[in-house]
Amino acid sequence: MATQVMTNLDPNSRAAAKGLSDLTIRNLFIIPTIAFLIIFNIFPLLYSLAYSFTDFRASTNAPANFVGLQNYRDLLSDPFIWSNFSITAKYVLISVTGQVIVGFGLAMLLNRAIPAKGLITTLLLLPMMLSMAVVGLFWKLLYDPNFGIINYFLGLDKFEWLADPDMALYAIAIVDIWMWAPFVMLLSLAGLSAVPKHLYEAAEIDRATGLYTFFRITLPLVAPILMIAIIFRTMEAFKTFDLAYVLSSQPTTELIAIRLYKMAFQEWQTGMSSAFAYIVLIMVVAITNIYVKYLNKVKAR
Amino acid sequence: MAGVRTPKEKWTNRVAIIAVFVALAIMLTPIYWIASTSFKPRNLATTIPPTVVFEPTVSPFVKLFTKRSQLRDQPSVEEYNAAPWWERMVFDGGEKVVRNGKTGEVKSSGYGDRFTNSLIISIVSTVLAVSMGTLTAYGFSRFKVAGEDDWLFFILSTRMLPPVVVAIPMFLMYRVVGLNDTHLGLIILYTAFNISFAVWIMKGFIDEIPREYEEAALVDGYTRMQAFFKVVLPEALTGMAATAVFCFITAWNEYAFALIMTNRNAQTAPPYIPSQVGSGLPDWTVIAAGTLVFLIPVAIFTFLLRNHLLRGMSFGAIRK
Repeated sequence: MATQVMTNLDPNSRAAAKGLSDLTIRNLFIIPTIAFLIIFNIFPLLYSLAYSFTDFRASTNAPANFVGLQNYRDLLSDPFIWSNFSITAKYVLISVTGQVIVGFGLAMLLNRAIPAKGLITTLLLLPMMLSMAVVGLFWKLLYDPNFGIINYFLGLDKFEWLADPDMALYAIAIVDIWMWAPFVMLLSLAGLSAVPKHLYEAAEIDRATGLYTFFRITLPLVAPILMIAIIFRTMEAFKTFDLAYVLSSQPTTELIAIRLYKMAFQEWQTGMSSAFAYIVLIMVVAITNIYVKYLNKVKAR
Repeated sequence: MAGVRTPKEKWTNRVAIIAVFVALAIMLTPIYWIASTSFKPRNLATTIPPTVVFEPTVSPFVKLFTKRSQLRDQPSVEEYNAAPWWERMVFDGGEKVVRNGKTGEVKSSGYGDRFTNSLIISIVSTVLAVSMGTLTAYGFSRFKVAGEDDWLFFILSTRMLPPVVVAIPMFLMYRVVGLNDTHLGLIILYTAFNISFAVWIMKGFIDEIPREYEEAALVDGYTRMQAFFKVVLPEALTGMAATAVFCFITAWNEYAFALIMTNRNAQTAPPYIPSQVGSGLPDWTVIAAGTLVFLIPVAIFTFLLRNHLLRGMSFGAIRK
């Protein structure tokens, strides 16, 4: 069988008789990448794992003292950290829900014959390709209470979007929804176009209502792809740094990534921030695990 | 979709098309506003009601690339008339271009350098990530690797790490080896970040190339290496180009690593542009101009990439 020849790692194989053996080529192709990732991702993480058990401060020359689990204990009992987590949870919820509603809604609207559909779809996808930090920053002007176009068009007189502690998180989430609803739209469109037409025809013959068709045919068939979009966006929203950092310095918008940044690079609590980074890391790896399981599941279909 | 038949369906369809255009207008307004603000004179950037119709000027772009200071006294008539058109624009805005005291050479703002840094760092890291990623993807696609799924998960998981988490130890290590605020430092970080993406996407593209092609080449007496370079690589070229564009955009847009690891010498545009807003009344026309120049390459690439967006954004899971 052809495939057998191709995957054969026997050093005496035909191809290996001349040139490098398949085994050598495989190692030559794979090992540098793995090594690169280990050196620049895993090794640094081990380095910071070691620091997470110390009181090291990168701003001083004082040697690091071993403090055991003290950093972890302090962090987990610090009410401010818990408030960072709850702000993040709230942010993830608002922003991902918004993206799913807007994105899926757009996909439903686009899933029909529309003039210049390809061009419209590409234009709608543009925001997600742009830099969150640079374009996000410009929303400061759009949100400006005095001369921002948002207040002007919505007829809100001098409404404070970013200066109001309660509103700022929503304002940031709105920018995130603007940028990433197109991502949900893109994946939903793929899901919608894969729904077999004959199911809709059958539903029509059965005189099924529009709602029934949506909940019994459309949604269940799009669900796996929509789930990928939701998990991926949840993970990204959980890590949000750029957007919130350039738009607001309110304590009510201090997401986990921002707290971590301040702890590490403004307060220079290197040991403590390493421990914090580890807590965040474990959460991210957990979400990634779910995400990859889903990717493989959809791929297998 | 099923063809439109009943009057009711026709009606829904029309409403949907109108809704799509309304949504499109809303989605594009921020981008349009960036573009339009970058051609406004400063006094029209912040007006109520917003200025929509105006005489465009390139003065924001002149200001973007030059170093300026506030005018204390009005320039003399001779001085004004002797100045080139672009310098007069700066005078008109109540500022003057800063010149080198001895040579009279115009001093540039930091933007040009940051833009060049962004280009160098994004291009080099993209080339590295795509070439290493393609080789690794071929390895995983064609050969048996013990624990293949675990390795692929490991590779992907490195991309999912929050930048700040990785930046803490990297900052300390770079400080030891002197890589903070260097091009190489950022190139390494962006390569590491993009390699995992390149492996996943390229594996999908290479999986699609029939094994029979190489099989035939091997029978014809090619070595495995020759078969890879002469048969597989040409077939994978489209995929590599799409992957490269994705990697470039990711590196181009990256903010957190650049903010932490660089401050001057190797600083890229994303941390530089927000730093110009600073305190006081920012000149939004200049920020808009800087943003627009920065966005143009990405907008062009997005159009080139339009048929691969789905695949790229889903890490190759959904191919259409």
